[in-house]
Amino acid sequence: MKVIEVNDITKTYGEGEATVYALAGVTTSVAQGEYVAIMGSSGSGKSTLMHIIGCLDVPTSGTYRLDGVDVSELNETQLALVRNRRIGFVFQSFNLIPRTSALANVELPLAYAGVKPKQRKERAMAALDLVGLGDRAEHDPNQLSGGQQQRVAIARALVTEPALLLADEPTGNLDSRSTSEILSILDNLNADGRTIVLITHENDVAAHAHRVIHLLDGRIV
Amino acid sequence: MSLWEVFKFALRGVGANKLRSGLTMLGILIGVGAVILLVAVGNGSAKAVEKSLQALGTNTLTVQGGRTANARTGYSTDLTLDVAEALKAAPDVKSVSPVVQSSQTLTYEGTEHSVQQVIGTYPSYFEASNSVVETGSAFAPEDVDQASRVIVLGSTTATELFPETDPIGKQVGVGGQIFTVVGVLKAKGSIGLANPDDVAIAPLSAVQRALTGYGPINSILIEAISADAVNVAQAEVTAILNERMHVTNTASAPYTIRNASQLLETRTATAETFTVLLGAVAAISLLVGGIGITNIMMVTVTERTREIGIRKALGAPRRVILTQFLIEATLLSLIGGGLGVAAALLGANFKIVGIQPVVVPSSIALALGVSVAIGLFFGSYPASRAAALRPIDALRYE
Repeated sequence: MKVIEVNDITKTYGEGEATVYALAGVTTSVAQGEYVAIMGSSGSGKSTLMHIIGCLDVPTSGTYRLDGVDVSELNETQLALVRNRRIGFVFQSFNLIPRTSALANVELPLAYAGVKPKQRKERAMAALDLVGLGDRAEHDPNQLSGGQQQRVAIARALVTEPALLLADEPTGNLDSRSTSEILSILDNLNADGRTIVLITHENDVAAHAHRVIHLLDGRIV
Repeated sequence: MSLWEVFKFALRGVGANKLRSGLTMLGILIGVGAVILLVAVGNGSAKAVEKSLQALGTNTLTVQGGRTANARTGYSTDLTLDVAEALKAAPDVKSVSPVVQSSQTLTYEGTEHSVQQVIGTYPSYFEASNSVVETGSAFAPEDVDQASRVIVLGSTTATELFPETDPIGKQVGVGGQIFTVVGVLKAKGSIGLANPDDVAIAPLSAVQRALTGYGPINSILIEAISADAVNVAQAEVTAILNERMHVTNTASAPYTIRNASQLLETRTATAETFTVLLGAVAAISLLVGGIGITNIMMVTVTERTREIGIRKALGAPRRVILTQFLIEATLLSLIGGGLGVAAALLGANFKIVGIQPVVVPSSIALALGVSVAIGLFFGSYPASRAAALRPIDALRYE
């Protein structure tokens, strides 16, 4: 079963002669339980593709099916539900909410899902334990190192137990030790059956994936 | 997600940046407080003018003698006791008090005090001029008949001459003549330049005999039977005076009549103008305060566009984000506004540039209403704009 089906997707910025193609017709698919790496140089459109897959952005043309459902047919509320339940997104720049404890950050998707506070806290603590940050739960993001912040972000992406985990250069801002920690967490998650798509431009990161998609100037090569 | 949960989110949002929340509330506090206090000061000064004028008596007329250059009638135009007696015939006049006035130095055991108004008059003057005898008593009509050397002192005069002793029964020198103090007036409070408490009042005949001589009298204080009858009384008095003095051209009459209620009306009108002016200033402060609130709310929420993007990426429904920011804006506006009202009410207990502010309740409603409405709108509008963005656009916002 295909989790992601992308069919001839384009994404353009600007109009007329100034039109820039970020994606110039991308067709690909990802099966359940796969671990896929997207590689490409800066400006190749890999982040744009990732944002479309994560339902954070919409394509200019083409269709995107998530679990067989055409995303363009979903309304605002349904999209919020998809982002909340189906997808866990890890950003390169962590995107934790400032001045809010690690625990509260991880609890956030559960709160939007309507999970009761007590259960929410238990599940958030479990997710933090999974990334090895159980003892840092009450720390604010600015009291954590980059690697720790990224692990909080991964815990936040995991806490709703989404089938699909998307990671946009999760190790891009991290040192080698943090990188290997993050990668082993992702390996374990994949071993548990999660579908993982990650962006990277480092070959040894891509080596963890089953399959690598190379992007160049908005096309798969 | 229940409303209570969203409310807790909002509380956390307000608490997450205490400095920013504090400054926002301070802005609203100052906006609301300034408007309420400004209107209260204007209102207070208007009330003060009204009160002090009412203390002077509103149902009196003052006839002042004096010849204008063109008023050559061939008849005596001085105000005399005969003229004053004739005015008693007017039906709407309650009392007539002729007044002679001179400036004298009062002495008591080496203490000297110069009094601008040493007044010789009838006992009816006390009631007509709202002068209440606090200690001792006023002089009686018999004292006027017998030209008794008795005197009633104003409160300022009394404290100047008798800082420590009781003045009643003491003998004071007035321009070299000895008078016995029989009473002290209750303080009226100062209005403007003249101090109405720095006076000395004695029987007309005694003052004429001892100090001024038997020339024309300076003025006549007339009390009408009621405040409503003042204008009728003025017409009657004018008719009598014109007849006695053979005035043909009323435009150049050899006397002037001052009407206390007219004076009051003029002063009240002035005070009202003052209030309107202050109201305009308050409206401008409200506008400026409102722009300040707009500014700080816009900046505060726009700054959090990225946070809204993160929340959307995590699957927050738009409604939940909007509710959270609306509650945050409500909390900031209401707490800030409430503190502003409290500060204004507290500040209104103190005198500001000599004026006791009197808070106008409608100004509280107006200032609070406008500020909270502005705070709510400009707190929730940028949030709704940000929540309507695609998550990626909100996340990219710098």
